[in-house]
Amino acid sequence: MSEDRDEKGCGGRGEECGRGMTRRNFLASLGVGAIAIAASGNPAAEKEASAAVIKSGEALEINLQINGHAHRLLVEPRWSLLHVLREELGFTGTKEGCERGECGACTVLIDNIPRYACMTLAVEAEGKEITTLEGLMHGEKLGAVQQAFVEHDALQCGYCTPGQIMAVEGLLRKKPDPSLDEIRTGVSGNLCRCGAYVNIFKAAKKAGQLKRGGVL
Amino acid sequence: MNGNDDGFYYLRGIPVPETPLPDQNPQPWQKTEVVGRPLPRVDAYERVSGNAIYPSDIVLPNMLYAAVLRCPHPHAIVGKIDTSAAERMPGVRAVITGSSPEADFSWPYSPEMKTKLFNPHCRFEGEEVAAVAADTIYQAWDAVRAVSVNYNILAFVSDEAKALATDAPSVHAGGNKLKIDRYSRGDVEQGFADADVVLEETYRSECELHTPTESHGCVARWDGDHLSIWQSTQGVYSIQATVAKIMDLPLSKVRVIGHYMGGGFGSKLGADKFTIIAAVLAKITARPVKLFMTREETLIAAGNRPPVSMRLKAGVKRDGTLTTLDFSAVGTGGAYPAGGTSLVDWLIRDLYLCPNVRTETTDVYVNAGPARAFRAPGHPQCSWALEQMLDALAERIGMDPLDLRLKNIPSYSQARPGNPPYVSTGLRECISEGAKVFGWYEARKKTAEPTAGSHIRRGVGMASALWIGGGGGPPSTIVVKLFSDGSVSLNMGASDIGTGTKTVMAMVVSEELGVKPDVIQIENADTGTTQYATPSGGSKTVPTESPAVRAAAIHVKQQLLALAAVDLKTDESSLTLIGDAVVSQADPERQIRIRDISGLKKRGLIIGVGYRGPNPEGKVINPFAAQFCEVEVNTLTGEVKVIRFLGAHDSGRVMDRLTFDNQVFGGITMGIGLGLTEARILDRNQTGKMVNRNWHDYKIPTAMDVPANIISLPIETDNREANTTGTKGLGEPVTIPTAGAIANAVYNAVGVRITGTPINPLQLCSALALLRKEE
Repeated sequence: MSEDRDEKGCGGRGEECGRGMTRRNFLASLGVGAIAIAASGNPAAEKEASAAVIKSGEALEINLQINGHAHRLLVEPRWSLLHVLREELGFTGTKEGCERGECGACTVLIDNIPRYACMTLAVEAEGKEITTLEGLMHGEKLGAVQQAFVEHDALQCGYCTPGQIMAVEGLLRKKPDPSLDEIRTGVSGNLCRCGAYVNIFKAAKKAGQLKRGGVL
Repeated sequence: MNGNDDGFYYLRGIPVPETPLPDQNPQPWQKTEVVGRPLPRVDAYERVSGNAIYPSDIVLPNMLYAAVLRCPHPHAIVGKIDTSAAERMPGVRAVITGSSPEADFSWPYSPEMKTKLFNPHCRFEGEEVAAVAADTIYQAWDAVRAVSVNYNILAFVSDEAKALATDAPSVHAGGNKLKIDRYSRGDVEQGFADADVVLEETYRSECELHTPTESHGCVARWDGDHLSIWQSTQGVYSIQATVAKIMDLPLSKVRVIGHYMGGGFGSKLGADKFTIIAAVLAKITARPVKLFMTREETLIAAGNRPPVSMRLKAGVKRDGTLTTLDFSAVGTGGAYPAGGTSLVDWLIRDLYLCPNVRTETTDVYVNAGPARAFRAPGHPQCSWALEQMLDALAERIGMDPLDLRLKNIPSYSQARPGNPPYVSTGLRECISEGAKVFGWYEARKKTAEPTAGSHIRRGVGMASALWIGGGGGPPSTIVVKLFSDGSVSLNMGASDIGTGTKTVMAMVVSEELGVKPDVIQIENADTGTTQYATPSGGSKTVPTESPAVRAAAIHVKQQLLALAAVDLKTDESSLTLIGDAVVSQADPERQIRIRDISGLKKRGLIIGVGYRGPNPEGKVINPFAAQFCEVEVNTLTGEVKVIRFLGAHDSGRVMDRLTFDNQVFGGITMGIGLGLTEARILDRNQTGKMVNRNWHDYKIPTAMDVPANIISLPIETDNREANTTGTKGLGEPVTIPTAGAIANAVYNAVGVRITGTPINPLQLCSALALLRKEE
């Protein structure tokens, strides 16, 4: 870290001060679409993608498919899907815990796969089916995983809970009858500081039973 | 120190209003219908559906986002700050620094030590230097990065042992020694002379970070001269008091709302600097401002469990009688007074029967983030030392470690003046019943068998504990409303920090009034609309609030019976409430449904008020615990796998079996973190900065690190003397003995004693290598 950057203060959002996987090398390592690479300011990738340079403050129009509904909106290319869901669209079932891909509070399903919304750019999510916690509800009725979480008290403060539920939902869509080890692995990317893991395991098992019994 | 938590440093200075004493305490419950059952949370729907609006979820019309520039050095003087570039950036609406007149407030780290809100002398990495409000959070951070600051970088000290050296850099004028506390009883030297075995060992408990999943922050909005604050907090009234005092506002003009909050563990008991900063930015811009810390900021500047180095010398007779405990500790609460060694000797003083005890604790300043109360302040650290020492003593005298503990169980508090008795102590039952259910003796026998050839070794260990608080006490005021159809509203100031407070209180109302818990509407944690409560901390919320809730419900019932008596033309003393009807006990034919009571129909509702009465004089109310675990140690990699755990807890009456068990699981999970994975690492030799400021490198337990097999074994003691619900606290004792029990199990497995937290592969491999060399 250069002294210059240090002088400007730390506590920033990953990109400037973060260690480990920053947004910049996260993008570079995945080699995502042209617009996102242009926004990251990586000249080599820019050339390769031959896209126009879009600055951080400029807005792009995108279409997001969230819980079966289309949302057309203007975003900055650097905005995370998490930011757009929470601060722009008001989806309170996607929580912000770390904004750097560590805690899983922001887990959503993208094409049925659990993904961290904080590590996904909104522009990246275009054209994909995004499911948030709200998308598991049937009107005002809870979905199977949500019901199981209530029954087994698989939460305390409840802040990591939406992410845990989405992780379990994603697991069950892929693996309807998971073993304990598979459940552990399935929620291993979702931190629960209150320590409700034991009940989360039970709830995941129960949710599998409910779903196999026809409860969605 | 009495059974109340009011002496705790983190509650000191919070104004406490007078409340009336209860007219008459109700009789203790005999058989309960609702209380004690495993009831799902009354607010579970909101929490699993996304309907629960946490403070960090709030988006208000016209709202701005704020970010704080924090000092990147552990010790520096802030020189010239140039904000001109930041101010010109798109979306930026305000930039404030220490020289902004609007931000000229003082911040009380303690009653004696105040600094400026933006302190020009930054004593820890992360101290606030400037703040920005902008249209989006991205623009706010762009602007923070564009603020240029000249720092005069000073020499720092991050190691509390080095802080006491004469040539150490001074964190504050006057040196780094904050205070020394001493305690003694009996004659320690005589105790050593009486002992058959004397052992001495040093221990270290590393700095642990709270890291609640919702970060620390708030939204602030002014309506003229009225300030509203939505904050992720354990106590709305404590924030109101601090903000009103600092900003010189009447309490009535500061409304603090915290309906939901995403975990605190002691780090969200009060107002924060960001509360004032958000209010200032909102005032300047005349727009609501949202200010939440990033994860990184919470790790460097939102509190911690203080690191402490401990020395313990103990003597025991061959028959297991403890003769003496001699303890000293040096710890640090960081750069400001923050209880660095607070309660770190309490278990030495009070857990086991011992006539001769001496403790000395030294709290020093270092250039690191200030501590905050962290789930059972001082206790897990002390337990780490004491419980390992008990284990070692037991081995030396050839006694089972469990029997050594059973030999030294006190029935009164030895550390409090006059040796007051406990209202109840289930310590013996926690140990013996826990051992039975765990299968302690069988398991010990099994781990003693030779395991030739395998690099996997199993071990079992145990530890016991008490928590200094957990009795609760006044003040608390509760309002229960009965609507004309018999449904009910409960109004209380306390926050539900994830422990199930709302659910437990609804069960109390249900028990008294017969309504189902899920038709009780609950209004809580809002200084504008709910009653006064102290912060939810100190394991006191259930024993504090539940008797007041019961009193309020009974007050409703009394009024209801009086109104029914008019319609039934009978004396109210002969009436009782059964389901949705008031019935005459003498003549069951004579009854009236609640919705038909004419007086209630006219009034529309009945309001019952309940107050928390005082605790019994001269008695101590503490929860007790024993935990048992089995671990598997890989002697090649140094990995420790926790196979199973059992927590036997005496916290008085179990109110909700589901939330009770969940607390036990959660406390053990957090204790596994202290014992095996967690430690703040400062670059103490070169930069003084924290190097593991994220959840990848600061490792809290994940789903892979906890056993699926955790048993919660409630030991329900009789606490009718303590309060009218017979409850004691639970949230803190559940995490006190965990790490010590793990250390003892690791010793049982491989014969090496790891005296410093965490027992990670690095430490364990070195210790095992050393052991092999010796063999």
